[in-house]
Amino acid sequence: MSKPYTPPMPLTWWNKNTAYRLFMLRELSSVFVALFVLELLCFVSQVGQGEEAMDQFIKSLDNPLYLLYHVIVLAFALLHSITWFNLTPKVMVIRLGEEKVPDVLVAGSNYVACLVVSLLLWWIVKG
Amino acid sequence: MPDEKITLEILRYHPETDEEPSFQTFEVPYHEDWVVLDAINWIKEHVDGTLTYRWSCRMGVCGSCGMMVNGTPRLTCAVFLNEFHPEPIKIEPLAYFPVERDLVTVMDSFMEKLQSVKPWLIRNEDEEKPLEEGEYLQSPAELASYKQFSMCINCMLCYAACPVTGLESEFVGPAAIALGMRYNRDSRDQGREQRQEVIASHDAIWNCTFVGECSVVCPKDVDPAGAIQQAKVESTIDWYTSLLPWTKK
Repeated sequence: MSKPYTPPMPLTWWNKNTAYRLFMLRELSSVFVALFVLELLCFVSQVGQGEEAMDQFIKSLDNPLYLLYHVIVLAFALLHSITWFNLTPKVMVIRLGEEKVPDVLVAGSNYVACLVVSLLLWWIVKG
Repeated sequence: MPDEKITLEILRYHPETDEEPSFQTFEVPYHEDWVVLDAINWIKEHVDGTLTYRWSCRMGVCGSCGMMVNGTPRLTCAVFLNEFHPEPIKIEPLAYFPVERDLVTVMDSFMEKLQSVKPWLIRNEDEEKPLEEGEYLQSPAELASYKQFSMCINCMLCYAACPVTGLESEFVGPAAIALGMRYNRDSRDQGREQRQEVIASHDAIWNCTFVGECSVVCPKDVDPAGAIQQAKVESTIDWYTSLLPWTKK
């Protein structure tokens, strides 16, 4: 008689190995990226209301807790970007005849694009 | 060192007597050129003939001897004892599958999922060539577009590495989707539309959260995670294309 045993899936499955933990951190990173986007939208809204509102917004961020928060956000944003950039070659397979364009070129193009956009934004802001 | 030993902790389950599995420890002679499967075979031959597990080719081709080795899905014919010696090795049945007995899992759900993606060449009835016209020719580039996915040996290590298969029992899973993609990419095949009913469903590609471990453990470098993400892109393009007025059926 067959009596298969079905192992339970523990609530802590995500803590089973490093790969799962990194995956959860990658997923969690999107929350921090979203929070920063909201903050950025608030900032843009304040800029639209004039210089005084913008200065007040910047001043309100000027405390150690916000600095700590932004360091955490930056760490998660970097994790988010790097992990997804590195996964691009799996999603985007470019073939030239029989040959596949090397993964490093596909992933690398993300870093180059990120650098170009960052430099462009820096140039506009510094303007 | 003929007298050296290595310890194997093997998860045992006898459905006639056990409510749940438990570990049993075995001392096995250590040989540098032995793989884990050799040690398990030694136990069956010399210590306990009731130890139950699957194996066949002993050369990484048949895909039968997949087990959890120290928590990682591996083909036991391809893992040498010297990777762990002198530390003990923990052997369990493939994770996220029901256990039939000892190290044997119930594969029924996998077989059903595999069949659901129709992993064979499909031709439109009216476009089938008569045999006398010969084979369907394929260029090396066309072969290269699916060859990687065709290397799958159905060992199910990718399922045991994927937490989604443990959380969502209906998830079609990495190997089945990769094999579906293997035929979708084949220039001789015309069955993509039939397969899309399964592959583009919530229970298939959209259940995948891209943990990526399926590709890491794959002994044949099939990259099922890549296959699933590529299927997501293609299905998304299908959906947007279907919105265009001139493509509506």
